[in-house]
Amino acid sequence: MQEAAGRNRGSLQLRHVDAGSCNGCELEITSMSSPVYDVERFGIRLEASPRHVDGLLVTGPVTRNMADPLRRTFEAVPQPRVVVAVGDCALDCGVFAGAYGVQGSVCDVMPVDLAIPGCPPHPATIISALRGLAGT
Amino acid sequence: MTSAWPAPSVVAVSVLQVLGVVVGGPLLVGLMRKVRCRLEGRVGPPVHQPLLDLRKLARRERTRPDRASWIFSVVPVVLVATTLVIALVAPLLSTDPAFGWSADLFALIYLMLIGSVVLALGALDTGTAFGGMGASRAMTIGALSEPALLVAVLALSIPAHSSNVPTIVARSLAHPAWLATPQRLLSLVAFLIVIVAESGRLPVDNPSTHLELTMIHEAMILEYAGADLALIKLGESMRLIVLLALFADLFVPWGIATAPGVGHVVVGVVAIGAKVAALGVALAAFEVAVAKLRLFRVPELLAGAFVLAVLAVISALVVP
Ligand code: SF4
Repeated sequence: MQEAAGRNRGSLQLRHVDAGSCNGCELEITSMSSPVYDVERFGIRLEASPRHVDGLLVTGPVTRNMADPLRRTFEAVPQPRVVVAVGDCALDCGVFAGAYGVQGSVCDVMPVDLAIPGCPPHPATIISALRGLAGT
Repeated sequence: MTSAWPAPSVVAVSVLQVLGVVVGGPLLVGLMRKVRCRLEGRVGPPVHQPLLDLRKLARRERTRPDRASWIFSVVPVVLVATTLVIALVAPLLSTDPAFGWSADLFALIYLMLIGSVVLALGALDTGTAFGGMGASRAMTIGALSEPALLVAVLALSIPAHSSNVPTIVARSLAHPAWLATPQRLLSLVAFLIVIVAESGRLPVDNPSTHLELTMIHEAMILEYAGADLALIKLGESMRLIVLLALFADLFVPWGIATAPGVGHVVVGVVAIGAKVAALGVALAAFEVAVAKLRLFRVPELLAGAFVLAVLAVISALVVP
């Protein structure tokens, strides 16, 4: 965390990957860039290409179909990279634990650097956690 | 050096022009983003955010797609280098820059186009679907905007009897009545449309889109990372500021330094800074108000620019 903050110093770009979420977390992530929360003022942006970013923002339990794309997106991010798991599902499969399509939580697939609990987490919670990474 | 100015002034002007473009480009992009955010009711990132992004990107790993060749790696350098040449020779601060003889409008436009073409080549080189799609779209738009720009420039060079930019700027300053002639106004509008198209901004392209299918410019740079991406972003912002500064010089030349001396150069710096900032703010405000055009409607817009440019040439020939 400290290391990432020192590295980024006011500029953090992430690629959002929905690994199988119910879209509740997506609603909160979308509202982060609304005029009310405006995450961009801290230099934090979501970008389209994994090559352009510092890490991934993963939501939802990792479903069987998304495990491979998620891993490949992770590998496409240049070093050094961080993984942020957003929502209870991403941390421990949440309400979807044990479901037939679910392979596991995000930490079963890749190392997680920052976990943001909540179902769904509040936009302000996500933003304050991300600010720690961005160093703002 | 072929400038008539004393050597120290010429060196100072050259250094200021190049530094101004390199640092001013990202700041201009930051300013436009800020204006956009404020108009949307948001606070927005600080104006120097693009500089923070560049600093961070410059230290990140550079990746290269498996199938890419050396072309992919030279693209960022060529893009920045061609723009640096324009920043050095164009009359941005003074009407008599170093190597001013080489600042021919046609030469500058083709230097700019080298940047666009290498970007498209780099995109094709990645071998990805989006790279090829972005390249073909960008070249389609480029092929339509280039003739409009050339004809608009022709209309400017007819009354000045020269296509050398410093000469055109100096002669327009000597004949302010030229600036309100029909040919000027017509080519002004054509020029503006082309600037919007060439710099990949709304309504032709949306620089902040996340949808690969609607991307034009962004699709071409999807594979760049780290320092390469930093150079590309820097190159783009430098191209934008150079285009706006050239526009300001050609259509509102007042304030540019016409004689050597600290006072003249300071006025020149303030004038060009204010003009470019005003143009950037206007462009950003315009972007908030319009929606992106459908790709198939873009040729109509550019055809309109071409017609205006042709009319400008005709009126330049008929109404001298
Ligand atoms: S954490 Fe809650 S809101 Fe988020 S994906 Fe899981 S169930 Fe949906």
